[in-house]
Amino acid sequence: MDRAATAAKIAALIEPFNKKGVEVTDTTTFAGDLEFDSLTVMDFVAAIEDDFDIIISMNQQAEIENYGQLIDAVVKLQG
Amino acid sequence: MTDLFSKFDPLIEMRANLLASGVEDPFSLVMEKVLSPTVAVCNGRETILLGTYNYMGMTFDPDVIEAGKQALDDFGAGTTGSRVLNGTYAGHRAVEEALKEFYAMDHAMVFSTGYQANLGIISTIAGKGDYIVLDIDSHASIWDGCKMGDAEVVPFRHNDIEAMEKRLKRIPEGAGKLVVLEGVYSMLGDIAPLKEMIRVAKENGAMVLVDEAHSMGFIGPNGRGVAEDQGVLDDVDFVIGTFSKSVGTVGGFCVSNHPKFEIMRLVCRPYVFTASLPPSVVATACTSIRKLMHAGNKRAHLWENSKTLHKGLRDKGFQLGTEEPQSAIIAVIMPDLERGAAMWEALLHEGLYVNLARPPATPAGMTLLRCSLCAEHSAEQVQTIIGMFERAGKAVGII
Repeated sequence: MDRAATAAKIAALIEPFNKKGVEVTDTTTFAGDLEFDSLTVMDFVAAIEDDFDIIISMNQQAEIENYGQLIDAVVKLQG
Repeated sequence: MTDLFSKFDPLIEMRANLLASGVEDPFSLVMEKVLSPTVAVCNGRETILLGTYNYMGMTFDPDVIEAGKQALDDFGAGTTGSRVLNGTYAGHRAVEEALKEFYAMDHAMVFSTGYQANLGIISTIAGKGDYIVLDIDSHASIWDGCKMGDAEVVPFRHNDIEAMEKRLKRIPEGAGKLVVLEGVYSMLGDIAPLKEMIRVAKENGAMVLVDEAHSMGFIGPNGRGVAEDQGVLDDVDFVIGTFSKSVGTVGGFCVSNHPKFEIMRLVCRPYVFTASLPPSVVATACTSIRKLMHAGNKRAHLWENSKTLHKGLRDKGFQLGTEEPQSAIIAVIMPDLERGAAMWEALLHEGLYVNLARPPATPAGMTLLRCSLCAEHSAEQVQTIIGMFERAGKAVGII
């Protein structure tokens, strides 16, 4: 799946977690802009993992701070 | 100069606000005298202890105390050395023998604390390229063990068998897999469906580590824990436990049937690079563990206490962490930290000590008053405790 298609899928997946309706761009951060706490992160990551059938380990999550980095990581993890 | 402490400012402010409301500091209580496993003097007031993890009340067992005194006389106050150098005394071997008998397992390795047992075993056995699949509500020592090692760390939702299975199935072919579970989760006092989880872990080629810190001594026919109770102890590769709960002193351990287990003594850094437990501590632990092998009556009384307190608090209108009592931990859910702290203080004034637990130690941002029962609590004490909760709960406006 290319970046655009991956981004479209993730955009749909993030919607239920984006409770405040923050406008999401590649530079939007999860902790700062979206105010995700650890439980929200777990549920959001699980939703992506289940949809793409991949693992995003905590080690990899530590490198992902913003939305653009997440899309890049998911593109890469699909191999 | 950047003040390295500025990262703690939000916590400092939260604490200051809490104390400014006039509430007694819940995190700096001093036990001035300890009268028994269930009663201490705090702030000059005789207080029933309901938050000590001293499940089997072994801290004041006369045989345990005698063994400690004898070891102090015979072996001195401390070992001043690592287990692999000058820090293994006869008592360290003896307590490992007692553990092997207690669990009916081939190998036992004693650490200086339970925290170090998790830290050491997890970080050592799961290395680069391996995967650790663990419950999101795991204890801090498990998380720290994961962080200290080089394995890929993959958490799943608490007690969710399907979520665990999905993650196991996605791990690349040929990678080493360690599933880390707990028997009793200490915040809400709930147990894990170990039978199903271990079956799924084994089907997917994973080794299994179970932390039985809060179940040792009283859950299972021989007090070996939740895995024993659910009939799956033989499928557990590593059991982690502690001496600082039912055993009544301090220290940690891992027991295992793995044929190569003894190599851990040379490669596990939190075992090697620290001083071993003092002779008096291993002597008290050894005596206590051997007594816990024959503690069926105490186990039965502890279950009665747990059931009575659970029902009593629920009947008074408190919201509890579990529908039914599953362990010796009863967690009372508070609406927020402010009222939780007020309730904690009201209970202390009644003469009752419980643990105030708050995020990040608690799941889902909850504030809890966590009660842990003791086999030495009398039936009358449990009724007294329920009365104290009722009065404090009404005074603070929680019920």
